[in-house]
Parts: sequence; C-alpha cells; structure tokens
Amino acid sequence: MCTFAPKLIKAILIKSSILNSFRTVFFSAVFLAISFLGFAKEKQTTQDDAPFDPKAMILHHVKDAHEFHLWDWKGTPVSLSLPILLWTDNGLTSFSSSEFHHDDEGHTIVEANGGRFVKLHEKIYQLDAVATTVAYDAEHHPTNAQKPIDLSITRNVFMMWISVALLLFIFLTTARGYKNSKDGVPTGIAGFMEPLIIFVRDEIGKPMIGEHKYKKYMPYLLTIFFFIWINNIFGLIPILNGANLSGNIAFTFTLAMFTFIITTFSGNKNYWKHIFWMPGVPVPMKLFLMPIEIIGMFVKPISLMIRLFANITAGHVIILALMSLIFVFKSVAIAPVSVAFSLFITVIEIIVTAIQAYIFTILSALYFGMATEEEH
Amino acid sequence: MTITGIAAIGAGLAAIGAGVGIGKIGGSAMDAMARQPEMHGKIQSSALILAAFVEAVALFGVVVAFLQG
Repeated sequence: MCTFAPKLIKAILIKSSILNSFRTVFFSAVFLAISFLGFAKEKQTTQDDAPFDPKAMILHHVKDAHEFHLWDWKGTPVSLSLPILLWTDNGLTSFSSSEFHHDDEGHTIVEANGGRFVKLHEKIYQLDAVATTVAYDAEHHPTNAQKPIDLSITRNVFMMWISVALLLFIFLTTARGYKNSKDGVPTGIAGFMEPLIIFVRDEIGKPMIGEHKYKKYMPYLLTIFFFIWINNIFGLIPILNGANLSGNIAFTFTLAMFTFIITTFSGNKNYWKHIFWMPGVPVPMKLFLMPIEIIGMFVKPISLMIRLFANITAGHVIILALMSLIFVFKSVAIAPVSVAFSLFITVIEIIVTAIQAYIFTILSALYFGMATEEEH
Repeated sequence: MTITGIAAIGAGLAAIGAGVGIGKIGGSAMDAMARQPEMHGKIQSSALILAAFVEAVALFGVVVAFLQG
C-alpha cells in the first residue's frame, strides 16, 4: 500500500488534464441525472399503521427495479426514473417509469402506443383490450394482463453501463500511460493498475493454465476479474440503492456461460477422453464414470453462477436485515447495535467483493487449464 | 411448524456444515503455514479456493431455503 500511495498522489497531480475531462463527464452525468428527478404527484397508500415487513423491504432492495428510489421527502418518494422499453404487438413502445408515479401495485394505468400498461412488483404488464383494472387469481397473479418483452433500461442495466464506462476509462488511461512513457515505466493510473494486472497474470493465469498457454486466456481473465470486482463494489454503495447487479442470477449466468463456452471450445482430445472414456480404469468403471463426468461438465458453470449470486445477495440481505432490526423493534436504542453490526458486515463485504472476483477468475482459469492439459 | 421455519432450520444446518468445513481448511492451512512459512502464499490461495468450494455447497442450501421460505 505504501508504494501505491505516492504514485497515486503523483498520478492525481500530473494527470490533471485527464481529471478535467473526467470532471466534465461526471458533472454532466450528475446534472443529467438531476433533470430526471421525478416527484410523485400522489401517494397511493399511506401505510403508517401497517406493521413493518422486513422481508418485503429486503426483496424490494435486492431485486431489479425501473427506478432509483433515493429517499422519501415529506412522504413523497424522490427517485431517478429510468426509461421503459417494451416490444409489444404494435412495435417498440417507450415511456418514462415516472409515469407510474411510484405505483407498484398495478393501480396506475399508462397508455402508450395503443397499449395500456401497469407495473406490478417491478414487472410491466400489458392489459387486455377490454380490461379496465387488473384482476387476480388466487395466487395473486394477474389474469387479464400479459407480459410484453421487456427491454427496459433497469437499475441493473444502468449500473452495468456505468461500470463499463468506468472500466473503459481506467484501462484506456492505463494503456495511454504506457504509450506515453519514454522508458517503459508506467505513469499515472497505470502505476496503480500494473500490480493488479500482474497479480491476475502471475497468481491466476500462469499457475492454473500453464506457462505456455496462459496468454490466450489473459484478456478474458482480466475482463471478468475487474468487471465482477467493480460491480461488486458498486453494489455496496448505498446511495445507488445497492443496485444488486452481481447478485442477479441472469448476470452471473451470462458470465458462467462464457466460461463454459470457452472451456468447451478449448477442450483438447485429452479433455474429452477424460470425460467420455476415462483412461486407466476398468471398462465397467469407465461406463460408470461417463455420466458423472458429463454431469460434472455442467455443474461447474452452475456452481460458478450460484456462488457469485448467493454470496453477493447474502451480503446485501444481511446488511438490510440488520438495518431493519431498528424498525422491527421500533426503538432508537437498537440503532447503535445494528449500525455497528452492519458497518462490520459492510467491511467484510468489501473484502468479499475482491475475494469473489478472485474466486470466479481462478476457477475459470482452473477449468481452462483442465481443458487444455496435455497427456502426462 | 411452517415451511418457513423448516427452511430456516435448513439454512442453519447448511451454515453448520460450511462452518465445520471451512474451519478444518483454515486450521490445516494454519498448521501448514506454521510448518513451512516459505509456502505461505501458495497455501493461502489454495485454502481460499477450497473454502469457496465448501461455501458453494452451503450456499446451495441457503438458496433453497430462500426459495422455500
């Protein structure tokens, strides 16, 4: 750390031109965001007397949403509305999520492009032609409304774009730092990123894949490492409402799928022989091992997917559960305890962000190494 | 007892299993590091990977408990 700090300070001082352009982008993003701030014109229900339901609150925060709910101001929610994009029978339909006026119970009907839409538990439904209100069956599922194809820029999509922009900024600056230096010594932010990149190369790539073949996989390993890490960190920022991107099963599924596809396509003769016809064991054992190995091929990416999803979601749930203790006991006396504990868990979660990125990357590298291993 | 209660017990059992597993890994890694301090880095990274494997099984249990509870 003591070697990083002077370099970082130097980077901040020297690279003020980059900082200036970054500042411009940052402040225009902030002003753009403020212009979207929507105030609710009416509040649907006043639930002052209803008992506090921690499970509903936690699920609401862990799930994806169509708006950034920032805070409540005098009983009115202040939020950053995100656009809703739907593919319906009439083609692409778009409107702002502020038109629902924070209604999540399906009361407010929005008419757009010849269709009528309601929002129910953060899902958009299109009402049937004759329906005027949403009707429910016994399981509280709507009976007279269908889900159109939802392509909305939700909270998670928005945070993913921000993380992509930040990663692009960091790594393009790093690359420029190498290009501009005369003697190959990294300048600016590159001095901070170099140890991290070398860590991925020397601690993950080389030992897991092997000296000769690791280079082909380094771009992928570096990408998933930093992408998962930065999204894990974004998930812990409270003002962003904890956009729980890496605790979203679709996100982790996609990343695990990439690992699975790369493993499958880089598998050599040896890898497939170990799956379908295990060498060195008797024939009945070969027949017995084949289905197990085939199942194992699919279990590996599934366990990658569930590990990241469950770790990050569990972290969010614990922090929110500790916070909701205050409201469950309805007492300020609980607050110091619950704040102290959630601070403790948050610090642990900051370590977990890095560990989970590391684990996902090292296991991917391990699978690539297994797929490309030569006969011995 | 409701299904939620049973799911909570299941999550607790999963936590016990993971605790025993990770405890054994951590203890053995500490022993190994004390015997061979020069292998510190390698032992630590493989202990972390093994802990992740154990934890994954516990998290499967927790996810099932979530879905049920």
